[in-house]
Amino acid sequence: MAKKPLLEFTDRGIYCAQGLFYIDPWLPVDDAVITHAHSDHARMGNKRYLAHHYSEQVLRYRLGADIQLQTVEYGETVMKNGVEISLFPAGHVIGSAQVRLSYKGEVWVVSGDYKVEDDGISTPFEPVRCHHFISECTFGMPVYKWKAQTDTFNEINTWWRQNAENNVATVIVGYSLGKAQRVLQNLDLSIGKVYTHGVIENTNEALRRNGIILNPTERITPLTTKEEVRKGIIIAPPSSVGTPWMRRFGPYDFGYCSGWMSIRGAKKRRAADRGFVLSDHADWDGLISAIDATGCEKVYLTHGYTASFSRYLSEIGFDAHEVHTLYGGDENEEEPKADPVGDDSSEVKISDLSTAADIGEAKEEGLI
Amino acid sequence: MRAFAQLFLSLDETNKTNEKVRVLKDYFLSVPDTDKMHMLALFTGRKPKRPINSTLIRTWAMELSHIPVWLFEESYQVVGDLAETISLLLPQNTISNSKTLTEWIAEINTVGARTEEEKKQWLIESWGMQDSQEKFVFNKVLTGGFRVGVSQNLVIKALADISKLDAATLTHRIMGNWMPEDYTFDQLIAEQGASDDISRPYPFFLAYPIQETSEKQKSPEELHGSLGDAAEWQAEWKWDGIRAQMIKRDGKIFIWSRGEDLATEKFPELHPFLNALPDGTVLDGEILSFQNGQPLPFNVLQTRIGRKNLSKKILEEGPVAVIAYDCLEYGGEDIRNKTQVERRAILEQLQQETDEPEIFRISELINFSDWDELAEIRTRSRSMIAEGIMLKRKSAHYQVGRRRGDWWKWKIDPLSVDAVMIYAQKGHGRRADLYTDYTFAVWDGDKLVPFAKAYSGLTDEEIRKVDNFVKRNTLEKFGPVRTVKPQLVFEIGFEGINRSTRHKSGIALRFPRILRWRMDKPMEEADTIETLRGML
Repeated sequence: MAKKPLLEFTDRGIYCAQGLFYIDPWLPVDDAVITHAHSDHARMGNKRYLAHHYSEQVLRYRLGADIQLQTVEYGETVMKNGVEISLFPAGHVIGSAQVRLSYKGEVWVVSGDYKVEDDGISTPFEPVRCHHFISECTFGMPVYKWKAQTDTFNEINTWWRQNAENNVATVIVGYSLGKAQRVLQNLDLSIGKVYTHGVIENTNEALRRNGIILNPTERITPLTTKEEVRKGIIIAPPSSVGTPWMRRFGPYDFGYCSGWMSIRGAKKRRAADRGFVLSDHADWDGLISAIDATGCEKVYLTHGYTASFSRYLSEIGFDAHEVHTLYGGDENEEEPKADPVGDDSSEVKISDLSTAADIGEAKEEGLI
Repeated sequence: MRAFAQLFLSLDETNKTNEKVRVLKDYFLSVPDTDKMHMLALFTGRKPKRPINSTLIRTWAMELSHIPVWLFEESYQVVGDLAETISLLLPQNTISNSKTLTEWIAEINTVGARTEEEKKQWLIESWGMQDSQEKFVFNKVLTGGFRVGVSQNLVIKALADISKLDAATLTHRIMGNWMPEDYTFDQLIAEQGASDDISRPYPFFLAYPIQETSEKQKSPEELHGSLGDAAEWQAEWKWDGIRAQMIKRDGKIFIWSRGEDLATEKFPELHPFLNALPDGTVLDGEILSFQNGQPLPFNVLQTRIGRKNLSKKILEEGPVAVIAYDCLEYGGEDIRNKTQVERRAILEQLQQETDEPEIFRISELINFSDWDELAEIRTRSRSMIAEGIMLKRKSAHYQVGRRRGDWWKWKIDPLSVDAVMIYAQKGHGRRADLYTDYTFAVWDGDKLVPFAKAYSGLTDEEIRKVDNFVKRNTLEKFGPVRTVKPQLVFEIGFEGINRSTRHKSGIALRFPRILRWRMDKPMEEADTIETLRGML
């Protein structure tokens, strides 16, 4: 009888039958190992959670203060029914981890989301040797190649400085966990003050409770005037684009940070004043070098350009397979809504949201 | 070319009109005059001839970027623009160059005559000294797909600001048959129109639609409310042909299409009457195919436009004539500032003098006494092979470009059917990497037969939802095309319908587009092929 693989792809998520737990399940289970706190990977309703220590406060803020959560450090080992579980840095966001499983000499690694560039705030990605590697490939096409983040931050700071000189407010849009803090830590604070949307400030506070030191920020409240933010920069989530909340700070220039901004068409679609190429995912070269560094025998590609990327990997000699999952909530779904007309525009109906990830994000942004 | 590449990037980086004009002015003020003219040429669609065919460019780009053909093609699907795809795939450079736009274009213009090996060497060296933004713009020029996200009006506005000439004059001066190599910036902005180009057309005056969405019917009362007394207006049929400006100057004739293509040779039937016009005459009108004095549907003319050489057969099957409706120059004098009625009188006189009244026709005025009556007449448009009615204020001057106020088009509602989406393909430009081009089918018994492709009419939000549906409901993939589970129903509008032997369904539609997404309709209730045949 053929040996059953250590991990299976089921309709609840990636499952370890030997250890009786799931990794980033999308339907409620008893035991969930969580790679990181983004809503498409960390969902509500699981009985027990296991995650990295730095994810604790964000998970409690997003999923409920009373969730049953065990946290570990990178490299620390937890045993479940003979399966050795340990987490390694994925470099995606603060607290993000690759999950390493070892059982009877066979090693599997689930990447979660990752990037290989050191962003200066998340613990940098570390390649982990394994037999089986389950990798994301959000940007698994050769047209996606990132420049060094210092170049992008120079562009962002120059742009902010210019706006401040012209007395125009600056709004920068990025996902509330990850991009927001990465931007915050790399702004040139000699230009002005940093203001945050409530959703982002909630995440910042959770991270600060977790002992992470972030640059000073000021939460925007109904009392914040547009005059005081004129020289400053506002960090806002994608869902706030075009809402009355954002419009009250006009005139402003708004910039969007995402890997998708490297394609002109995608940039135009978002109708941002400025698109900055900044991603928390690995680019084409990053993915290939990361996969190569694992020395794996088999690689499974989850969310992203799975079909093309696995075909290419096969052609250059990897044993690559395409796997269907429900991940892809952060960069994939982060399109701002079209400029709404009514004043109740920030309202989102549950029936408008097509996936659980959508609902998760909307909830997280405080829209429902 | 750095300044030109930066111009392109800066225009992309703002959605604000004033900012775009400022960026354009900065460019004009910072580059040499020859670069200004080359930029104007490119921005107004005057591209250099393609020196290297795009298959070779692709092949060499793949070689340099070390990726297989299929991956190149899929990358192109993701990016939706060939020039950009290549610029993203090629290796990054550290070497730079200081060549001007003029110098690059001169190289592009000379390399066409060289051998394939020399072309390859030149291209690889050129890519090797450009940063990715320069590469993108350079590839755009090279592959001839040059389009910018900025209207000609803004370029003119920037130019008007720095030259102190008015916009209408400049719009006129950049029309016609000039090349950046022999039209100088000084000539362009000279105080006196130093233009000796006898072929130069006037900018077309374009009408605004009276009902900007097809769903909102304007009532006669509303027309009265917005346009006033019917007696101040003249009405004509809106002909469905090719808008053209016909020029006779110094014994020579020129026929210009709306897209500023010189099309004189495409319409030999018109030459005798044009040659017989007095020198210094410019007419505006519509070219249509005619048979026994009746206009033919547009598709007859369409088969002819596409041909390089006009065979005898084509000339016999779809002989053309012109329905003239305006006169812009008479006796060598620009008469665009005379009133509609005055210009009409001159046009009528010219037409009465022609020996070829079957070829030089005139757009008959429609008699009507009030808006009610005109609304009634409009319903007969389709039987006149017209698209609706044109309204022109009797006191209107002939203006520049699309202007609200004096000329209106009042089109009839499109024909429509409810159809099921069965195939989807990714779009281009701002729709890149999204499934936005759909094929639609109607029922033939229990089978769905495809009959139309359409890719416009949905909002961005709807596109996102349909894209999501396509990705989750793909049945098969054929290259870039996906077969999709039949389920979504859309109302498809079109301007005309004709028999066709080239299509499986046996019909061809004119200008099909999506009117709306019928979320309320199950696919079983979509229309049938009989419904379509009934419209023939």
